[in-house]
Amino acid sequence: MDWPKCSYHYDGSFAGFLTCVFTAYAHKEEPACFLTPEDGRLSLWPARVVDTDDAKARRVYRSLGPKLGAEGKRLVVQGFLTCLPERELALWAFLRLGYDRGPGVTRDLTHPQVAALTQAVGHLTREAHLFKGFVRFSDQNGVLAGEIAPKNRVLPLLRPHFAARYPGENLVLYDQTHREALFCQGGRWAILPLEDFTLSPAAGAELDFRALWRQFYRTISIEGRYNPRCRMTHMPKRFWGNLTEFGEDAPSSLKNV
Amino acid sequence: MELLDKLTILADAAKYDAACTSSGVDRGGGKGLGSTMAAGCCHSFSADGRCISLLKVLYTNRCIYDCAYCVNRRSNDLPRAAFTPRELAELTIGFYRRNYIEGLFLSSAVWVSPDRTTEEMISALTLLRQEYGFRGYIHAKAIPGADPALTERLGLLADRLSVNIELPSQASLEKLCPDKEKKAILAPMAQIRDGIVHSKGELVKYRHAPKFAPAGQSTQMIIGATPESDKHILTLTQGLYDKYKLKRVFFSAYMPVSNSPLLPARRDFTPPLLREHRLYQADWLLRFYRFRAEELLDESSPNLDTRVDPKCAWALRHMERFPVEVNRADYETLLRVPGIGVVSARRILTARRVGPLTFSGLKTLGVVLKRAQYFITCSGKMLEGLRVNPDGVLRHLAALEQPALMADQPEQLSLF
Repeated sequence: MDWPKCSYHYDGSFAGFLTCVFTAYAHKEEPACFLTPEDGRLSLWPARVVDTDDAKARRVYRSLGPKLGAEGKRLVVQGFLTCLPERELALWAFLRLGYDRGPGVTRDLTHPQVAALTQAVGHLTREAHLFKGFVRFSDQNGVLAGEIAPKNRVLPLLRPHFAARYPGENLVLYDQTHREALFCQGGRWAILPLEDFTLSPAAGAELDFRALWRQFYRTISIEGRYNPRCRMTHMPKRFWGNLTEFGEDAPSSLKNV
Repeated sequence: MELLDKLTILADAAKYDAACTSSGVDRGGGKGLGSTMAAGCCHSFSADGRCISLLKVLYTNRCIYDCAYCVNRRSNDLPRAAFTPRELAELTIGFYRRNYIEGLFLSSAVWVSPDRTTEEMISALTLLRQEYGFRGYIHAKAIPGADPALTERLGLLADRLSVNIELPSQASLEKLCPDKEKKAILAPMAQIRDGIVHSKGELVKYRHAPKFAPAGQSTQMIIGATPESDKHILTLTQGLYDKYKLKRVFFSAYMPVSNSPLLPARRDFTPPLLREHRLYQADWLLRFYRFRAEELLDESSPNLDTRVDPKCAWALRHMERFPVEVNRADYETLLRVPGIGVVSARRILTARRVGPLTFSGLKTLGVVLKRAQYFITCSGKMLEGLRVNPDGVLRHLAALEQPALMADQPEQLSLF
């Protein structure tokens, strides 16, 4: 079935995207591209502007489990967080395929559209796992604050981990790439867009712990096994920017060895 | 003494301990601070490329023993230090809150007596667990020769216990560690194994039964300081997995830290890193690929081939089992194909339920065709344009490995 092509304009949210899916099926149209307000591109396809409608979005969301299975639903939900170029189109292609073929679609791992989405979601979950280790917090007057620069939007995946790990703490984790921040406080949490975020300079015990950590980091490596390539394989340089062990502070009160 | 100096001395003394993972137990958040995850988590990587997951320190490096291979032997002239329980707990919590570490790895030199050392470690861990409410990962070293009741208490505080087997044979142990006995090392290992089995049984009956070393036990041995063959080491490793139910056996390439005449000379000695790497690859084959040590090595070739990985070497010696038809072969057979790992074998099983697999499909699944192409067929056909004879395959596979190996490898392979 050949549906006429249209360019879809939506607000960039997941609910907005699900509304687009609803609208596309309702009008029997094939989205040629998905454009958000931040997106500067122009399109020659007839435009359809979609206003986010929670009821429609929820209807599509409820269909994901029964139609695509648990794994298919996970791929769609997490696929929206990935940095896959044109991820909405990839998701749309996957959804068309899934509504057509049912939950078995996730088994067809060699299908180009399924493979593309599986790979992108794999990239997201692997990156999220790495960031469980590569986040560094600073104690700023009792609040733990940290910054990361991930490729994918990993904050929703990191949220359960850090909320469980630091139950009694107040937590801020800022995503520099996507300009949003995770806030956790006493069991409640939120992920909110935040235009600007800077850590205040460290002071007091924070400086001491940083100095101790850097000293531990230097000491623990064995000189006879020096292998910088191996380190970069496991911890590529793009992660180094926000790591305490590679940073510099003003000399702390602790005596240097 | 300043905390910074202590940390430097005691981390420096602990750095040769390879057994430093944070895996094996899933514990969500609760009251207090911290959680653990079964997969483990690396928080950083040091300049030697090894994972930093736990705060790896000795409780003290004051030692009564004089093991020739060990940097902390009593005859070695080193600055000595010891933590107090409070200092160690503050340091662990401070690092853990900032997400520098996944938990604590606490080992110790034997100070006064094994019992006294274990008691000190227990008091430090008790403070950390109870007063500070720490729920993160703790890996503790059981001290050979300590009272079993003390080891029992240590296991109730820690997630993982380990006893270092140190050297791969009794003879080497006698030569290099006059104060240690193989029996004294294996006794706590057996005790920990039984403790874990008992604790699992109790947990079935009572939900709140105390957990004894829920992440299992591990060990490590030093490679290259003594003349044992790879076959000996792998057979021992397999025995430890089978008999002592170990989670991991770590290998540590010997680093020259002493001038003892019993050990390889310090000068001109390069640590056998490639050998260690091949042993780890073979260890993976034992744990995840259902290989047995006897299959990998035999009397005629007691050492692993350094040119290709152990799985390739095995496959080349058993060409009669190949090629394998990927659309039919069972999981075990697929696992034995070089270039197919645990993940891609599972993916093959899933994807072939939908339709027959092709070579390009296999590439999409993540199979390393550069290796696997010599050993598989898709729907009865080998990869187009591929000619196989065993010598050519070995040369080709060895060439694939070459760039990844260290620069000082033999530059030209002989023609076979």
